[in-house]
Amino acid sequence: MSTSTREKPSIVGSGILVVGAIYCLVPVVWVFMASSKSPSDLFSTFTYAPGGSLFDNIAELTDYRDGLFWRWMLNTGLYAGVGAALSTLVSAMAGYAMAKYRFRGRTAIFNILLAGVLVPGVVLAVPQYLLFAKLGMTNTYWSVLLPSLISPYGIYLARIYVSAAVPDEVIEAARTDGARDARVFRSVVMPMMVPGLVTIFLFQFVAIWNNFLLPYVMLGDDRLFPVTVGLSSLLNQGAQQPALYSVVVTGALLSILPLLALFLLLQRFWQVDLAAGAVKS
Amino acid sequence: MRRTLRGSLVALSVSALFLTACSGGSSDGASGSQDEATKPGEKVELNFWAWAPEMDKTVEVWNESHPDIHVTVNKQDGGDPAVTKLLTATKAGSGAPDLMQAEYQALPTMVAAGALADIKGDLSGEAQGHFADGVWNAVTLGTDAVYAVPQDAAPLMFFYRSDVFDKLKIKVPTTWDEYAQAARTIHKADKKKYLGTFSANDAGLFAGLTQQNGASWWGIDGDAWSVNIDSDASRKVAQYWGGLVEEGVIDNTPMYTPGWNSALNKGTQVGWVSAVWAPGVLAGNAADTKGKWKVAPMPQWTSGANVSGSWGGSSTAVTSQSKHKAAAAEFAEWLNTSADGVKALATISNVYPADQKNTAAALTEPPAFFKDQPDFYEVAAKVAGTTAPFTYGPNTNVAYSAFNDAFGKAAQSKSAAAFTQALTTMQTQTVEDLKSSGFTTK
Repeated sequence: MSTSTREKPSIVGSGILVVGAIYCLVPVVWVFMASSKSPSDLFSTFTYAPGGSLFDNIAELTDYRDGLFWRWMLNTGLYAGVGAALSTLVSAMAGYAMAKYRFRGRTAIFNILLAGVLVPGVVLAVPQYLLFAKLGMTNTYWSVLLPSLISPYGIYLARIYVSAAVPDEVIEAARTDGARDARVFRSVVMPMMVPGLVTIFLFQFVAIWNNFLLPYVMLGDDRLFPVTVGLSSLLNQGAQQPALYSVVVTGALLSILPLLALFLLLQRFWQVDLAAGAVKS
Repeated sequence: MRRTLRGSLVALSVSALFLTACSGGSSDGASGSQDEATKPGEKVELNFWAWAPEMDKTVEVWNESHPDIHVTVNKQDGGDPAVTKLLTATKAGSGAPDLMQAEYQALPTMVAAGALADIKGDLSGEAQGHFADGVWNAVTLGTDAVYAVPQDAAPLMFFYRSDVFDKLKIKVPTTWDEYAQAARTIHKADKKKYLGTFSANDAGLFAGLTQQNGASWWGIDGDAWSVNIDSDASRKVAQYWGGLVEEGVIDNTPMYTPGWNSALNKGTQVGWVSAVWAPGVLAGNAADTKGKWKVAPMPQWTSGANVSGSWGGSSTAVTSQSKHKAAAAEFAEWLNTSADGVKALATISNVYPADQKNTAAALTEPPAFFKDQPDFYEVAAKVAGTTAPFTYGPNTNVAYSAFNDAFGKAAQSKSAAAFTQALTTMQTQTVEDLKSSGFTTK
């Protein structure tokens, strides 16, 4: 990548990176190995030796309550897919409005937004539960989808991206040609924002995919669970049942595969985005 | 009972948040709402939060024979998470189910929070006769009200590897002295083997062990709660297990950990004081030892006595938010006392019903994991009738987490003195919490 003269890699620097990579990869390797072991081998054979029971484990996982696991996967896909798509749209609109329109209270809203970026979503789960309980909407798909729509960080990113990547002149030109606001946004601004929107989509998708506390607090019906809450319920079966460790580990493996696929597919856009950011400043 | 560290942290932070979030709210959730009138022929829909396995299929039996009242099961995490959820829904004023599977130990907490309805008037007069007095006492909390119908009982029994006992020519212990002797013999013959473990992460089992010796950790007198965790009866039990751990003949590995699971499977843990539901856990954790286990009544403190404790067990409760309390109570009574309901509980959901009239007919075969012991359920039925009375408190969860901390340290230190000291710590923390939560104590 680097265009400057080749330097000898620093041993310390590479060492730190290697340690970091091992730190990140070892748990993933563990999940791969552990999910291929039968329950009796799981804690008794060498940790990083593969076993031969991956498909038995998948079959057992599929058997659990008539394939409930796959419903959890679909639910997670729905929460993350629809949630991230809508959230990206909301972020794009809000970010565009805040970057390009002058209106009273704009700075105040932006400051509140910045404060919102600092508040972790976990803190909001319980107040959101109480609000939804007032509306009688807990334990529904909406109770998980709606809170995911507003992402302060996404709006913030969109605003920054619009100010950097969409020149005022382009918008004015579109207006001169007679385009109304909605048309300007849809046909001119959105296409220019694509790399930024992909970034926001990925961030939000991963955040919703991994979210545990919000659905855990909101949902009582395990047919609505996303895979994170579902897997934890497999571990908390009460004292009368053995914990289904190998099934849970296999489920964890299957639940990260779509994320891996998504990242590999959208990686091109992601790189464009990084490069774009680097040149623009 | 069993919780991962992460689980408990989440539960802890959630409940902390709930407390702060709810403290300002009005608690109108508990006020008695009248049943919504249903027109004749209209179908009543009930929601049932439960965690017993296959409860949805057990409930199918009801749905097929009762077209007017349809029950939907929402499967929950076992133990405290579902309780926390219900308490939050109660505070929030909506979101609670009609029916709830509630552990006996959680009932006082739920009643104190106004989450449960008194269903005495909705039950038939015959319900009480189906249960042992000790179990019925757990759902009335010793008051005139009835807050739930007992669902499953969990009498403590002694599970052991009969092959190991035969090989070392050890008799099955009938007293705790004999148990200690057997533990020494087994550990002496093979330093890796233990007859059991003192688990500092299962307060429920320890409570059951002290229950057998006559302890009752809480008491209620009018409105005033008393705490008797640090009683002579508990001290004797703590001293006994502390002594065995100090001597090194009983292990101190916590139960339900991967290490303990594999010790069961490899045969280095050769005994387990546990409840009637143990076969399911053994089958899952120690599949290789199938057919080698047997069950016997608990060792006794006095020779010839016949007392047991319990570990777990749950009831079916109707929530205060339910709009169809009468229908919900009718279902709870059917599930736990009718021949069909009890049979479905025992054979489909694999729990040991608390009912004493229909259970014997429902459970004729021993669990598959104990196929060589045809009298498994006869032993269980005999033990179930001998459970000593025990009262749980409105802050059982606080006492239990105090147990985890205090006894965790004691078990690590392997000193008997630390075990009795831990009881005192538990007592102090539990009383302080009761007072600071605004309960009257004496």
